[in-house]
Amino acid sequence: MVTGTGHRPRGERTSKLPPGAWLYVAAVVAAALAAVAQALGADPDLDGPVGRSWTVAVLVLLFLICDSAPTTLTYRQSAWSPSSSVTLAAVVLVGPAGALVVGATSLFSVRRGLGRTQRVFIASMYGLSAWAAGQVYLALGGTVGPPGHSSFPGIIGPFAVAAVVHVLINHGLLWGMMMLAPPAEPGQPGEALRRHLPMLVLSDLGYATLGLLIAALWSVGGAFAAILVLVPLFVARWAIGQFAAQERAYASTMAALCQAVETKDWYTRGHSERVSRGSAMIAREVGMRGRRVDAIRYAGMLHDVGKLGVPTTVLQKNGALTEEELAAIQLHPMRGLAIVSEIGFLDEALAGIMHHHERMDGSGYPMGLAGDEIPEFARVIAVADAFDAMTSNRSYRGARSIEEAVADLRKWSGTQFDPALVDAFVAALRREGWEQPRAAAAGQPPDGMAVPDHDDPAAPLRVDSK
Amino acid sequence: MSRTTAARGEPAPGESWQRAMDSGELLLVAAVGMLVVAAVAQTAAAGLVQPRIALAFGALISLGEVLRLSLEGGRESAPIGSAGAFAYAVVLTVGGKPALQPALQVIAVVAAGMVLGALPHLAAGRPAGLAGMASRLIGVAVAAALFRPLSTIVAITRPSDWGLALAVMAVVLVAGWLAECLIGALISADALRARFGVALRDEMRVQLPLGAAVAATAILIAFAADLMGLVALGVFIAPLLVTQMAFRRYAGIRATYLETVRALARVTEVGGYVEDGHARRVGRLAVVVGRELGMSEPELLELEYAALMHDIGQLSLRDPIPGGATVLASREQQRRIAELGAGVIDQAGVLDKVAEIVRYQSRPWRGQEREPPVGSRIIRAANAFDDLVGASADPSRTMAALEWLRLDTSTEYDPQVVEALAKVAGRRHRRR
Repeated sequence: MVTGTGHRPRGERTSKLPPGAWLYVAAVVAAALAAVAQALGADPDLDGPVGRSWTVAVLVLLFLICDSAPTTLTYRQSAWSPSSSVTLAAVVLVGPAGALVVGATSLFSVRRGLGRTQRVFIASMYGLSAWAAGQVYLALGGTVGPPGHSSFPGIIGPFAVAAVVHVLINHGLLWGMMMLAPPAEPGQPGEALRRHLPMLVLSDLGYATLGLLIAALWSVGGAFAAILVLVPLFVARWAIGQFAAQERAYASTMAALCQAVETKDWYTRGHSERVSRGSAMIAREVGMRGRRVDAIRYAGMLHDVGKLGVPTTVLQKNGALTEEELAAIQLHPMRGLAIVSEIGFLDEALAGIMHHHERMDGSGYPMGLAGDEIPEFARVIAVADAFDAMTSNRSYRGARSIEEAVADLRKWSGTQFDPALVDAFVAALRREGWEQPRAAAAGQPPDGMAVPDHDDPAAPLRVDSK
Repeated sequence: MSRTTAARGEPAPGESWQRAMDSGELLLVAAVGMLVVAAVAQTAAAGLVQPRIALAFGALISLGEVLRLSLEGGRESAPIGSAGAFAYAVVLTVGGKPALQPALQVIAVVAAGMVLGALPHLAAGRPAGLAGMASRLIGVAVAAALFRPLSTIVAITRPSDWGLALAVMAVVLVAGWLAECLIGALISADALRARFGVALRDEMRVQLPLGAAVAATAILIAFAADLMGLVALGVFIAPLLVTQMAFRRYAGIRATYLETVRALARVTEVGGYVEDGHARRVGRLAVVVGRELGMSEPELLELEYAALMHDIGQLSLRDPIPGGATVLASREQQRRIAELGAGVIDQAGVLDKVAEIVRYQSRPWRGQEREPPVGSRIIRAANAFDDLVGASADPSRTMAALEWLRLDTSTEYDPQVVEALAKVAGRRHRRR
């Protein structure tokens, strides 16, 4: 099951939930309470399956073990735990009311950093999805209690539908929360969660079937068999955790290496990261998803890596350049290509890096492509690249405001930039905002030097005609 | 749950450190082949017991073999197939009736399933993975040979005694798993010249999580089959598929990570700071030397990262060192490059040990307040060696470089590392 985590970037507090989110939490809790009332109304003396206190207690214990050890996903505000197999076992063994009780004990799971509101929301969400799954199971003719020889294969149909319902309600409710209370992290709300959604839903469905196994083995080995069931659960949890850790390590290593590359140039401190972010904003705005957004994020990060092949003296030269020096600078996309061409996963990204200085009118470099000949990734990176150069401090001018830079993007839209992508960028900018580099950024040439920036469309490189 | 050596240890272009299948693997495949022939012949002569059950398990094993999985270090695993095979070896009752297959039939059915499952790989132009299948089969054969004779003992077939049955199954599966790890370690020790003890520990470390999941699943299938019949097989595919999917993504990101560091380590070459191919050659040499010195796989991975990025600090220099070879740079400068490089890697926040190796690479191995880590000493020697020899394959140049290193073993270079390097370099020339 997916849940929230207590992770709050920039010291935010959960009590600052927007009003819509408060209403949402209240609605979910109210629905869960209604389910409790319904269960009590149908079985006021607890004579039904929910009264099997020993079974319920063992299930609660298993559930808490699973739920107390969730894996943080790449997206730090959500976590995954294999506890859905236990709630679904509860559906079969002790019915909807019992499953509701088991799910709601998530209130007491041992997890640090969860606020009170979050705990109540998560417990209601679990209880509600378990109860709904139980109702569906009953409605389709599933019987409550430890299954015997005659239960198979008839039990499989109702159970499968119940599992799907359970997973859908869990993910749906959490997703709603993400939309209403967007986390204070860059990117669109829930974007990373959406990216991992197929894998998570499949994981949950896979582990839901283990719920049936726990139920089936209950009559043979009781709790002990259930412990065996936990082994593959925890192995999967371990692997998912390893994957997430590796992915985070990968991203931060990449960023560190890019920073190392940036030390060569006065102007590129933080530039790669911002271009990466800007490119991803545009990409999402024009409807790219999943792997393509990942690829363009990395392409943006690496777009200027080829500047390493340009002598430092040329990059940091004060004033106009000679023909040769200009040629050396104009070669950097090709050099970048030479470096990254061996990273297998970046296919479209390669084209983006190679052509990020092409212009729509065909006057760019290195190939002089025009219009649609320019790969889409390159057109996206070009917009973000120029925008960041214009909104950063330069020794020959101060940083421009976002409004001025947007006006300039519009001015060169069609000749230098793809108009559709400029529109997309501006739209994303309005919604998500832009973090300009601080005025006193470390990477500035000494006073009195006017080192040109090859990315700045408002100040093209000057060639010394002498 | 085993691996193909061809993929392990990075097949290096132009260097035939390894052949497609080495002698150890051939021996293994031949021995297992004979076992399979005997098992098939015996089963054919005696007739297939309970063909429906055999068919169901065989189909699951085939499917598992189709869905093979690469693990770190070029290992290969087929968790679903292994779970099916081990379950077939230890299943006691199916749908309330006793399962009667003898051990040799288990081997024959598992082998047939594996071979069928390997066919799609062949059709897609991938290697058949004979060595991997052979060592997986050995694990199953050990489990079946131990358990099938016991399965007729009434004490463990009575449902009321499931505790005893469970214990016996667990012991048998652990034995099968150990046999498999042993074979895997033997092959890798033979192919990569790793020390056997180190190879065994690496093998067990990598195979433990999936091995535990496979064993637990096999036992669960065996128990659930009593109640659910063959449906238990179908129900169990899903959770294992999920585990497998998680592992596949994990292996994928690991590979991408290494690939990216390799590619980005080239920035120093493109920037004209060091000679072409320097980072990669030092990386490869350091790993081989480290293995010679008995380092484990996680340590080797850190060593490789550090070796690939050991010159990254040069990027912070305003202009390249002439010729790019740090071996001839002043001690002060070497130290600065190492510090700068370590600073860059520290930024990543996840590679602390790698940063430390890079930081101490400039220090002589003696006369320090603390001895540099072994990784730093290896990189120091490998870097000097490559600065002196480069891409050249000239044996006299290699000898001269080794001589140069040996002269400095009193303070600069760790003599143990230099001797390991000499051994490795000598091997390279013999294989050419």
